[in-house]
Amino acid sequence: MSTRYFGAAVPRLEDPRLLTGRGTYVDDIVLPGMLHAVFLRSSVAHGRIRSLDPSAALSMPGIRAVYAMADFVSFGSGPMPTMAPHPLLKSPITCSPLAVDEVRYVGEAIAMVLADSRAEAEDALAAIELDIEHLPVVANARQGIADGAPRAHSGRDSNVIATLRGSHGNVDAVFAAAAHRFSETFEIHRGGCHAMECRGVVAAPEPRSGELSLWTSSQSPYMVRRHLATYLGRDEADIRVTAPDVGGGFGPKANVYPEEFAVALAALACGHPVKWIEDRQEHFLATTQQRDQFWSLEVACDAAGRMLGVRGRCIHDNGAYAPYGLILPATALASFPGPYALAAFDLSIDVVLTNLVPTTPVRGAGRPNAAFVLERLADTIARRLNLPREEVRRRSFVRAEQMPYVTGGKMRDGSPVAYDSGDYAKALSLVVDKIDAAGFEERRAEAATRGRLLGLGFASCVEDTGLGPFEGASVRVTPAGKVVVATGAASQGQGHATTLAQIAADALGVDLSQVTVKAADSRIFPLGISTIASRVAVTAGSSVEIAARKVRDKAIKVAAHILEAGEHDLEIENGQVRVVGVPDMNVPLSTIARVLSGSAGVPIPAGVEPDLAATGYFEANQLAFAYGSQACEVEIDPETGDTRITRYVVAHDCGRLINPLIVDGQIRGGVVHGIGNALFEHMRHDEAGQPLTATYADYLLPGAAEMPDIEIHHIETPSPRNPIGAKGAGEGGTIPAVACVISAIQDALGPAAPFITMHPVSPEQIVEWIDQTRK
Amino acid sequence: MSARKINLTVNGEAVEAEVEARLNLADFLRQAIGLTGTHVGCEHGVCGACTVIVDGRPARACLMLAVQADGAKVETVESLGTPESLSELQQAFRDRHALQCGFCTPGMLMTIEALLRVEGSPTREEIRDVLSGNLCRCTGYQAIVDAALDAAEARRGTR
Repeated sequence: MSTRYFGAAVPRLEDPRLLTGRGTYVDDIVLPGMLHAVFLRSSVAHGRIRSLDPSAALSMPGIRAVYAMADFVSFGSGPMPTMAPHPLLKSPITCSPLAVDEVRYVGEAIAMVLADSRAEAEDALAAIELDIEHLPVVANARQGIADGAPRAHSGRDSNVIATLRGSHGNVDAVFAAAAHRFSETFEIHRGGCHAMECRGVVAAPEPRSGELSLWTSSQSPYMVRRHLATYLGRDEADIRVTAPDVGGGFGPKANVYPEEFAVALAALACGHPVKWIEDRQEHFLATTQQRDQFWSLEVACDAAGRMLGVRGRCIHDNGAYAPYGLILPATALASFPGPYALAAFDLSIDVVLTNLVPTTPVRGAGRPNAAFVLERLADTIARRLNLPREEVRRRSFVRAEQMPYVTGGKMRDGSPVAYDSGDYAKALSLVVDKIDAAGFEERRAEAATRGRLLGLGFASCVEDTGLGPFEGASVRVTPAGKVVVATGAASQGQGHATTLAQIAADALGVDLSQVTVKAADSRIFPLGISTIASRVAVTAGSSVEIAARKVRDKAIKVAAHILEAGEHDLEIENGQVRVVGVPDMNVPLSTIARVLSGSAGVPIPAGVEPDLAATGYFEANQLAFAYGSQACEVEIDPETGDTRITRYVVAHDCGRLINPLIVDGQIRGGVVHGIGNALFEHMRHDEAGQPLTATYADYLLPGAAEMPDIEIHHIETPSPRNPIGAKGAGEGGTIPAVACVISAIQDALGPAAPFITMHPVSPEQIVEWIDQTRK
Repeated sequence: MSARKINLTVNGEAVEAEVEARLNLADFLRQAIGLTGTHVGCEHGVCGACTVIVDGRPARACLMLAVQADGAKVETVESLGTPESLSELQQAFRDRHALQCGFCTPGMLMTIEALLRVEGSPTREEIRDVLSGNLCRCTGYQAIVDAALDAAEARRGTR
């Protein structure tokens, strides 16, 4: 295979459309007779619905219907299915599409209004008479686990829905024999999704065929189809689900949401297409969030500061429901021991129901949590033993010669974790070198003359990528000689239409402009899982490679017949199959495709199936482990606490890069998401579970003016576990970023400052620490 | 609801329409005249996805009523290049991978377009400052800044 596109920084094929306002996002879809839905949502975190009277709303202009769950009974009823069942969850903890009886977080949907326009529907919301009895609220997980706490769900015996445990080795013996043991507690704050496109759904019943079509801004359109089919008692074949252009996902759009079901139910009930577009306030209330965890940990190390063992416990805020099962705490647990070669660890996570919006993975899932506590523990060792932070890491890391390295940990499915490849110390050395750590004290001294505190931080991570079981693809050459790649993997901006095309173009020897990728439409490709867990390059990318290879072999077989040549004498190049060394003896792929498309009475070569097409399903049974290190410098104004990140360097190994331009974009965006979690994004709730930061004036996203330029260095260790050598790249930027920024702030504040165990860190907090230090 | 007649120019074409007083400019552009390139991201004037150019200056289409655009000259992302012939700025965005999901992109383009008309040689810091009114969750901004600098340079070269 002549590699021409794989590895090349080619501009994206999807860009011209998106740059000229010609994208099709859900809100751009307009159907004849379409009605607009808005949701009446709970204004209390925990309550019982006493009554709901829509009569005044129904008499308002443009109002077509007001629905509560009872109105859908002939189409579906009961709680929603869970996306990921877990043996520890005896029964699913999910909500109904619209609440029945009890509401358990502010923003839970109770009823919906359908009107000719969204404005009219919103007008009518205020006219619905809703009577809710307030119930006691569990506003955070530590409260929820305490003795005598109120119940987040009336009628449940306990707010603790599961306790996950991960252990390896004899942790007591390791701790008993260790030279040093240090304890810390950590508080990790939740953050939101904040894709620039909020969620949205259009559902349209097709009266002639009886089918239901759904367009949804989802990372998991096929999961929506499967669970909706089950809920409606229909066959999947009667439901078409499409994810059109989606304006960012970042995890929360991977859930199957109550609104998706409610809009589908409403469309069936009223017989019209129905559109719902989430507004930003609803996004703050009802789109899942993540990351509230409280860790109590103990680390053991030898006299040289080598990390030997970790033990402790986590209290995980699950929110009000578990739509995604236990995947988020399970991912946090599966992320231990990170890059560290530990003789033993023993960890448990109590998963606690609260009356807050449900938590599910946000970029990195539980991995940034695990990276934060492990990196802070490494910094603890360095601080207590007065060692360089990078030295503690070098002594503690899994070494390159230990690959593949069995960590002792277990994946979410219980299988043993085995890191496949890489050199963790090399990544760390690279960032230490590139950020010029050797010259840092000089820069710190210079900053001090300006009255500024300069700090240098490091952090590393390992990331499981390419989660199974599969993401398939088909590759077809049309009689016009164009190549169409179809896959179930939805895109939310990751550039699959380019990267998957690059793989197919190379295998088939065609120009990239001849390849089109069609994705996430159940009529175009039958199966799909989800664009989550940095998995699509590995899974769908490998499937495209497999399918395109099959198409190539088929084309050569038919060309051999047409050219009367041996298959081994043929090559594929420039859209033709030709005889090696005799380029005039060739047959275009378009001709082969036409032959295999068939004409009445004209035979096609014996033993060849019609259609110049093939489907591939790479069996993604083994994870590919990406890893990386980050280093940054912060400059703090001690008077105001203003913290500027002045430099940021990333070393990252995601195996073979399909498109460096796209990988760099993923990493930069990921790092900035992590910086947001470290410094800005604070989703506050009061003791009644009321969100206090539900606008972008109160909840700060990282902006252009505050973000640094980010320098990226790639290490390319091909994964041996898939045919293209790729590892995922979508989350590696985010995972260690919080730990890196906090490490730098700690360094800036100096050895006398309190050890930082939480985030986000506000300027006020920094000033407080500086004041404490000066006392 | 009270309807009012407005006359304005959108991307060089005269538009006459009857609109409700409460209809905002973003919804007018998207729903009344089908220009769906302008996106609505927060509806409270922070994210900047809905940025259009009104009488030469960038404006939040979600914070402006359609009736306020009566008599105005409005430019949207559709007024820049076409897929076959991208503008210098759009081309720079493509070359620099300054867009991922594409949702904030029209607002980014119109903000930078307005900047480059009045400041031909902006610095990195100036561009970052101007972009402080446009949120992007995908790119981390760096590629957008690079693209704006490239576009400024390209424009200087052709003028």
